[in-house]
Amino acid sequence: MTAGQDKQIAPKVWASGLILGTLAAICTALVAFTYSVTVARIVANEQAYLEQSLAPLLAGIAYTNNLSESTLVIPPPHALPGNGPAIVYRVYAGDEPVAALFVVTARDGFSGPIKLLIGIDTSMSITSVRILEHQETPGLGDLIESSKSDWLTQLDKTSLQSPSRDSWSIKRDGGVFDQLTGASITPRAVIKAVKATLLYFEKHRDSVFAVIPPPQDAATE
Amino acid sequence: MTDNSPILQKLRSGLWDDNPGLVQLLGLCPLLAVTTTFVNGLGLGIATLFVVTCSNILVSATRTWIRSEIRIPMYVLIIASLVTCIELIFKAYVPALDRTLGIFIPLIVTNCAIVARAEIFASRNPIGASMLDGLAMGAGFAALLCAIGAFRELIGRGTIMANLDMFFGGDPQTGLVIVDGGFLLAILPPGAFFSLALAVAGKNYLDQRRKKAPKPGERIHAR
Ligand SMILES: Cc1cc2nc3c(=O)[nH]c(=O)nc-3n(C[C@H](O)[C@H](O)[C@H](O)COP(=O)(O)O)c2cc1C
Repeated sequence: MTAGQDKQIAPKVWASGLILGTLAAICTALVAFTYSVTVARIVANEQAYLEQSLAPLLAGIAYTNNLSESTLVIPPPHALPGNGPAIVYRVYAGDEPVAALFVVTARDGFSGPIKLLIGIDTSMSITSVRILEHQETPGLGDLIESSKSDWLTQLDKTSLQSPSRDSWSIKRDGGVFDQLTGASITPRAVIKAVKATLLYFEKHRDSVFAVIPPPQDAATE
Repeated sequence: MTDNSPILQKLRSGLWDDNPGLVQLLGLCPLLAVTTTFVNGLGLGIATLFVVTCSNILVSATRTWIRSEIRIPMYVLIIASLVTCIELIFKAYVPALDRTLGIFIPLIVTNCAIVARAEIFASRNPIGASMLDGLAMGAGFAALLCAIGAFRELIGRGTIMANLDMFFGGDPQTGLVIVDGGFLLAILPPGAFFSLALAVAGKNYLDQRRKKAPKPGERIHAR
């Protein structure tokens, strides 16, 4: 490239850069403004949604702490289902632990990971299970969702004692849990993940509750 | 058709004659993916309508700066910012709908119907006309999303307009339950292609029939 061409091109490039820069500044301002207007509502919505989705798993359990503030993140590697970090919401009545809610990921669903919320009380039995995210087929695998069928309710009140450890699988595999008609891959993945979570909690119960979350009003004092 | 005002003509073009989905066949990815129910179609339709209208306004307002070598980055910048804004607004005001539409809100960025309007229309026309163009094209796309969503929901689930609460708040609504359960294929991906094909075929059929046999009254008035 000759020096003459350079001279012709340079102003053009600078002008283009200036235009793009100005436009980027305008667009950033637009996004920043929208963010500042909406951020309070978004945070409130997310907390409300969290509490709302956790509440059904704690029916009949008296607890006093703020669940979003007692979160424990267990980094991989861990024995829980899933390769990523697992989240545990620890539930206390006063200082006394009463239950733990696990967010884990079953990686062997029919069409992708299935994210589960599993409630276990301190007597080691399941309070309830919810499906948080999945991509299973509508009408087949998605019947695991509690809004679509009551398949999940068979897990309520179960523990590693009832049914016994060896029968923690679907009927087709010699266990006691119902599968879904024409879809046993999805139920198999869910039951396996719940069992693994129970085993984990049995072994690591003390370390799950080890760090007492800061009292709720610590920030305001 | 002959004596309509420009506004009506523009609307007609967006909703029917040049409908981005039915005729230009643009933005098919979101169209096929989210239209499993009416309320999903409505949600994505409104989001797209907002983005295409605002993007047309912004592109038109800055059209004197546009240079051919940087025009695509400019469109992308404008559209991506607007999509981020609408995503924030959805998260703040219709969180349930935001959760069902999920990734398809951010993916509005890739809806080529929007870039097409920026390039073909907004970069060459004044702000008012560009806004109208965005409204008309957005409305056409939204109407198609709603129609396909309603059709697939009716066939696939047997309901009409279920879960409108996701948009308007209030208690969960089952909508009008016609039959319990439905023909599953309609809400699976193949159902999306069938539905779109039916819609395109239906439009072409109506257009052809009108061309062949103009209404008798029309001829007299046209003279
Ligand atoms: C299109 C299609 C989608 C399917 N989706 C699922 C699903 O989401 N979950 C599942 O467990 N099985 C699904 N299946 C069935 C599995 O391929 C497998 O046949 C079934 O889980 C075995 O169940 P069974 O042992 O009870 O027959 C699907 C099959 C087809 C053809």
